[in-house]
Formats: sequence, C-alpha cells, structure tokens
Amino acid sequence: MKKTSPETTEKETVASRGGLSSQEAHSLYATLVEIRECEAQLNAVFAKNLFPGYIHSYMGQEACATGVCAALRSDDWIITTHRGRGHYLAKGMALEPMMCEMFGRANGIAGGRGGEMHAADPSVGILGGNGIVGGGIPYATGAAYSALLEGSDRVCAVFFGEGASNQGSFHEALNLAAAWNLPLLFVCENNLYAEMTPFIQTSRLPDIALRAQGYGIHGEAVDGTDVVAVRDAARAAVQRARTGLGPTLLELKTYRYGGHFQGDPCNYRTREEEAQWKERDCVANFRARILVENLLPLSELQAVEASAASRVACAIELALASPDPEPSEALRHVYAP
Amino acid sequence: MTSKTYCWAIIDAMREEMERDTNVFLIGEDVAAAGGAFGASRGLHKAFGPLRVRDTPISEEVIVGLGVGAAMTGKRPIVEIMFMDFFGLCLDQIVNQAAKMHYLYQGMFKMPLVIRTSVATEMGIGPHHSQSLEAWVGHVPGLKVVMPSTPRDAKGLLKSAIRDDNPVIFIEHLALHKLKEEIDDDEDLLIPLGKADIKRPGRDLTVVATGLMVGKALQAAQTLAGEGIEMEVIDPRTISPLDMDTLVASVIRTNRAMVVSSAHKPFGFSSEVAAELQERAFFHLDCPVRRLTPPFTPQPFGKGFEKFLHPDVDSIIKAAREMLR
Repeated sequence: MKKTSPETTEKETVASRGGLSSQEAHSLYATLVEIRECEAQLNAVFAKNLFPGYIHSYMGQEACATGVCAALRSDDWIITTHRGRGHYLAKGMALEPMMCEMFGRANGIAGGRGGEMHAADPSVGILGGNGIVGGGIPYATGAAYSALLEGSDRVCAVFFGEGASNQGSFHEALNLAAAWNLPLLFVCENNLYAEMTPFIQTSRLPDIALRAQGYGIHGEAVDGTDVVAVRDAARAAVQRARTGLGPTLLELKTYRYGGHFQGDPCNYRTREEEAQWKERDCVANFRARILVENLLPLSELQAVEASAASRVACAIELALASPDPEPSEALRHVYAP
Repeated sequence: MTSKTYCWAIIDAMREEMERDTNVFLIGEDVAAAGGAFGASRGLHKAFGPLRVRDTPISEEVIVGLGVGAAMTGKRPIVEIMFMDFFGLCLDQIVNQAAKMHYLYQGMFKMPLVIRTSVATEMGIGPHHSQSLEAWVGHVPGLKVVMPSTPRDAKGLLKSAIRDDNPVIFIEHLALHKLKEEIDDDEDLLIPLGKADIKRPGRDLTVVATGLMVGKALQAAQTLAGEGIEMEVIDPRTISPLDMDTLVASVIRTNRAMVVSSAHKPFGFSSEVAAELQERAFFHLDCPVRRLTPPFTPQPFGKGFEKFLHPDVDSIIKAAREMLR
C-alpha cells in the first residue's frame, strides 16, 4: 500500500518482504487464533451477562498486534490502549492472569485493579494499557529515551487508534520522537471509527501515515488484515529504530468487527461495509494462505485451533471461578515505599 | 557554610544527585545551554552533556510523558514545566499516568519522577503566570507535592524528591529565587518529604504558611512579638502528604490557627488544613480557624492589583490581633 518517506536513506526491504517459513507461519497463526478465541469466547460470556463491565473487542484487528509483536524482541517495550488484549497476548503475557484481570479478579495480573482496559507485565516489556485515548503515546517516548540513555538497541512500539491520532499527545510525541531520533514505532490501527464517529469526518487526510511527512519521519500505510505484511513493515521499522534511523509511523488499515464496546448497535455504519471487511478476515485468509502455500498441514492448523479454544475456555472458567479482590486491598500501593 | 540563593540551592541539589546517580537526567524548555528560563539549571548541560540535560519542544504533555516512560523503565527523570499555570497542558500524564501507574499495577512499576515547576504569584506577570495551583495535584492520590520556602529546604527536599520512588511535584516560588541562606556544601542534605518545619515557635497562635507566605508570616510574628504576641509559624513544606500531626500538636498548644496561602480558599490548601484541624483538634480551638488567601478572582496584571489581592504582613498582623482579642 502507500508509502510516504521523506528520505530513502534506509535500505528498503520490500523485495524481501512476504517470505514465510513453516515455523513462522505456525507461530503467527497460533497467536492470531488465540486472540480470536479470546474475543469470541469473551463476547459469548458477555452475552450471558457474566462479564463485569464493558468489553472493547479486538476481533478483526488480530493481525495488527500479531504482526507487530512478531517483529519485536522480548526485551522491547509495548504500550497499548483500552482495546489491548491482542497486544498483551501477542507480546507474551500469560493467558490466565491476563484473563483473570479482564474479569477484575484477585488473581489477575494487576490484582483486579485494572480490569478490561489495564494490564501490564514488565517481564515481557508490556508497559500498560490505557483508559485515555492517546494517553499512552507520550510516555512511549520515555521508554525509547531510556534505551537511548542506556545505549541499548531496545525499541518501543506504542499502539493506538486513528481516533488518538487527533489528540495533541500524538502530535507532540511524533514531533519530539522525530526531533530526538527516538527508537520508537508509532502503530496506528486505523479501524475507521473513533468510538462511533467515522474518521473521514474528523480529518481531511484519509491516510494517517501521511502525517509522518509533516514530522520528517518515515510513514507507511499497510494492509492491517495481512499479518505477514504487518510483520514485515514492523520489521523494517524496528530495523530503522535499532540502527539509529529514528521513529516510524505505521498505519495499519483494519476493521473492528464489533462496536466500540460490546452492545454498541453500530448504527453509524452499514452491514454491507461490515460484510466487505469480513471477507478480508485476517485469520481465515492467513489460514487459507498457509494451506495454499503448503506451509503447514491442515491437521496442524486444527491442532492449533483446538488448543487455543481449550486454553481460552479454561482461562475463562478459571476467571469465572476466581475470587474478587479483598476490598481492603484498595488501600495498598497508593505510594511506593 | 556558603551563602546560597534558593535558585543555586536547586541547581546544587540536581548537580549532586546527577553526580551520585547516572539514572538522573533533566529535560524541559530552555534547561540546557540557556541554563533554564530562570537560571535554575545553570552549568548542568556543560557538566552532564546533551543527553542528560536536554531542551524539549514546547510540548508540556510529552515533556511529562517522557518522564513517565523513562521512570517506568528504570530512570530517575527530572522534568521542568516552566510555570504551574501550564499544568493544564499536561494533567493527563500527571494525573492519569504518573500518579496511578504504581497503584494500578500493584507496584510492578516505580515512578521516580520529579516534575519541577514554578509558582509566580505577586510577580506582575498576569493571569496565565500567577496561579498557585497546588490543590490540583494535592487532590490526586499517588502524587507527592512539595513547596519549599527557603534555600536549605529547597535543596534538601529536592534531593529527597529525586531519590523518592513516587512522582513528586516540586513547586518553586519564583519570588524566592534570590533569597539567601547559609548551606553546608559538604553535607548530603536530605530533608524528608512529609515533614513540617516549625520556623518560629510561639505559644499564642499557630500560623500555617506555605511558599511566599512563610516569610511574610515570620515578619508578622517579629512585629507581634513586640506587642507580646507569640505566633508559631509552621511551614508544612510538603503539601501532600501533609504533616497534620505537627500542625495538630501545635494547635493543641496554642488553641488558635490561621492558614496563610497564595492559593484560593475554595477546595484549596487552606480549607484542607482548616477541615483537618476541626476534625482532629476541635475542642482545643478557642476560635474558628482563619484562612487568609487572595479572593476568588483571576490574577489581573495592572500594578496595584496584586498588593490588593494577596495576604501581606499587615493583613496577617491584623488577623492575628483579631483572633487574640
């Protein structure tokens, strides 16, 4: 898709893009399916009124988290949003404590303090979700600056939606990261709707990637339903960041199958549009590609699917059976000792 | 001992902590080669280089945000927001990100972030550079708020703030920048956060004052001493956590309390102290707690407005006499 780069100093890797080993295919597919299972099963739990609070479903966008995190090392950092389950799983957060957190249980990764919009795990570089649209973007610059101060080649990827690209925080962070040449990936998952408002009503430019030009950095719009394209674009961006070529703005064109939250009637978009995007489903299409290219046997894909379904079901069962936090726990951790 | 200004005490604190710990760094508008908009980072850029002392774009939200992310990943950033009036531009990073990160994630992340900022009441710089907004941050759990009134306190509190694992809002009063005090350069001066200081003991009336008002209260106490009135002047130094134990103990001795502040009454520091005192020392009070603050207006620019609006030595003396009548 479209690329906008003010300079061509970096070695372009497009020619080498798209390649896929069986092992890579297995790993990408396993992550896609695990996220999809989570979203599908959580929606079912929500429909039965068993979920406390809202669900911001990631269904439809799985290739974004999966592709970008596949390009990152375990010691790289990510920061995500209120729609962060895909990123948590793709970056390596363990399924059960993640799921228990979604339900606000005592054994959740944040002890039930975060709930559906907030989880973190510094051991795998996850620096949190966020309840504020655009709230994570400014502090991504700080993680990237830590890497610079340390002289390490770690990078930080911050995920946000196209809605956040209209926040001042996005523009301030892009400008500073560009001026300071920070090792940072700005990953905009453009699912076309900022909550319930079509992006085209709130911006004159249809492509967020074009905004990179205004800050003098590399910007690229990628098919966010193609996990390999996402991974390859992220790899090139990571390579630039690690080698001192600074930040990249990646725009991943994607679609949110559900509404802003489960229960949103989606009366601001058409069923036809939804159907068109579902034809480009990132999980089904990748599965078809694996089979067409003979990368993995069908039996292996089925095993991956069965395993994900069963592990997610167990995690949800565990979460449902887990205790709520002790209320007095609310008084702890306000300040570090 | 060396005579140091409040401003140089702040520079010394940062220099000593940056020498002690390579994780400490300073960013903000004009902090590097220019040495700070008010000269409060002179020499640091030269001493510690361009990575550890760095000018930022005029982008308050990302200035604080950079500090948040760096603190979460093992650094000890000092970020400067030139005037506290600019906090409106960066409150999300302060209130929703910095303040809650440790709590929300059960201590997975420490937040050793210092946000240095200035209050400049009574300096003739108009409505966008003259607000004492400590209540904005004092209201938020997870933040510590420090407001020194002397060079020694500024140095000792800033050094402690830099070593603290929590986000600390460090509020300097610009009118105090040239105030001088003897400070022992050889001492590793650490003043604990959350400890009030009795600046002048007295038996008749407790005056709780912050920032610029501490000096005025001390002058008033000097005058009143000539009339046989012994006013106790306490500077809490830290707004949050607030050392109410020291204030309550004082009021139990003096039975009268006045709070003098550059900030407005409604929902403000003076109201907080008054409320705490009535909860904890009601039966020791001989008269209502008195709040001396500017009236509830913005700060207009023209000469004469500030003297009219802000508490001064005379108004403190007048209020004290009334309370002791």
